[in-house]
Amino acid sequence: MFWTKVKRDFKRNWTAYVFAIPVIAYYLIFHYKPMVGVVIAFKDFRPAIGIWESEWVGLQHFKDYISSYYFWRLIRNTLRISVTNLIVSFPAPIIFALLVNEVRNDKFKKTIQTISYLPHFVSMVVICGLVKLFVGQGGLITQFFMLFGRPDEPMLADPNLYVPIHVLSGVWAGIGWGSILYLSALSGINEELYEAAEIDGANRWKQTLHVTLPGISTTIITKLLLDAGHILSVGYEKIILLYNEKIYETADVISSFTYRRGLLDFQWSFSTAVGLFNSVINFILINVFNKISKKVTEVGLW
Amino acid sequence: MNRRKKLGFNGHTAFVVFNTIFMIFMIVITLYPFYYSVIASFSNPGKLMAHQGALLLPLKPYTGEAYQVIFDHPLVLSGFRNSFIVLFLGTFLNLVATSLGAYFLSLKNVLWKDLVAFMIVFTMYFGGGMIPTYLTVKELGLTNTLWSLMIPGLIGTYNMIILRTGFQAVPDSLKEAAILDGASHMQLLTQVILPLCKANLAVIMLYYAVGHWNAWFNASIYIRDNTLFPIQYVARNFMESPDLMGGAGSEAARYQELLKYALIIVVSSPIVILYPFLQKYFAKGVMIGALKG
Repeated sequence: MFWTKVKRDFKRNWTAYVFAIPVIAYYLIFHYKPMVGVVIAFKDFRPAIGIWESEWVGLQHFKDYISSYYFWRLIRNTLRISVTNLIVSFPAPIIFALLVNEVRNDKFKKTIQTISYLPHFVSMVVICGLVKLFVGQGGLITQFFMLFGRPDEPMLADPNLYVPIHVLSGVWAGIGWGSILYLSALSGINEELYEAAEIDGANRWKQTLHVTLPGISTTIITKLLLDAGHILSVGYEKIILLYNEKIYETADVISSFTYRRGLLDFQWSFSTAVGLFNSVINFILINVFNKISKKVTEVGLW
Repeated sequence: MNRRKKLGFNGHTAFVVFNTIFMIFMIVITLYPFYYSVIASFSNPGKLMAHQGALLLPLKPYTGEAYQVIFDHPLVLSGFRNSFIVLFLGTFLNLVATSLGAYFLSLKNVLWKDLVAFMIVFTMYFGGGMIPTYLTVKELGLTNTLWSLMIPGLIGTYNMIILRTGFQAVPDSLKEAAILDGASHMQLLTQVILPLCKANLAVIMLYYAVGHWNAWFNASIYIRDNTLFPIQYVARNFMESPDLMGGAGSEAARYQELLKYALIIVVSSPIVILYPFLQKYFAKGVMIGALKG
């Protein structure tokens, strides 16, 4: 009988449930309540009268969004940044890990690793502050490109340069930290495989190709598929810190648009609709790629 | 210990040389922006503006003016105070709540545990989004208080999973022995499990602490009163518009670049200084997370 089971469980474990109360309350209030709050995407929400009294408008906000001039621009900008990330930022830590793995001096290796993780812990405000100074007027990187004929202007005023600046500064800040995953996979490769390859006459390069890479391929594929699931979710934090009105054309992504419309222009309902539209697509993408990842890596394991 | 040291290779020297140079390049390129900020912040402002190319030493005559302006500013002082409050109180609350949740999720033979676990993990994939979350925080009356920087992010789901993995690794025999001795859940958690999971606890403590120290966005949306701004948000605002730092006229304008560099140093130095002592815990956390898959 279900109820006897519930009763017996409660009698035995009630103190454990007491532990869970604050945790469950936190998730209900700060995660599930906002999920209910997305109904304002289907309403004309006015804070003065509250969520439930506000008028229903159905899919109006979604229609407005999809037919707006911004829709394709946001999708295009978001995709451009994610795809560039997948092409540039994704392989960078793998290559770095492979090269770090070849360093023979343990002390040197440790130093490199320690230093390369550092930018990961520095705040986004500082990272973006540095970027803005270095590519700003008279900045060090701007000066470097002036040698090739660029004028002394802030590089972030040029819409064509936003994506490279965003992605390359991301590589700078993330390459070391991103390599940890691969370094731990590399340390898990069986030493005997290298010895066997050595006996078979494989040189260093061939060992990398036939032992090292297959040894971390599961990690690479899993990470790639997980990243691919996030292809339409570029975070707002860095964008908001770096962009400016002159370059919205290439720098404005879905999340930064949601932020601006919602919290700066107070278009609560419209902004929520844009966010919800994106969340649903992300949810689907992440799950699809998770499934693929599980399937592929299982096959890889057998 | 080098695993492949004993294996010799022919024609390998060129690669070793290239790799060593590359690694040195990586070190330089990682550290130089911070170093440059330090020396720029002490340089003579006029000369810094006129200077072309990289710097190895500050441009004379040195000046500490930028730091003086920063540390004299009331918002910088209140910013540090707010950040420290959030850092200590916020991290403490994070650890308490995360430990409770991790403990509950590590239990066996609890009827509703799987449902709760599903409810928690689901939030990693789907959420209400920025506006509904904002409205929730506002409705609770947390806006314009420091609580808005601590309570909405009380539990990091990923951190809780890391901690649960650690709790589960405590041998069942120990837990059962404690229960047979009449230990309550609270005693089991605080006297048996937590002492054994100090390393895991240290890792997530550092993640939370760094997260609090570096956070600025929530302050920008939840807090209006500028004396409640944390230091990162103060720094962000000053870097956006250095005029806010006060000191009118061309003299102040000359210092603006210096001020930005000095702000970068001021807000990142606690992390950079503590980092060498703490870095081994940071990397450990990724390993724990990675093992979990």
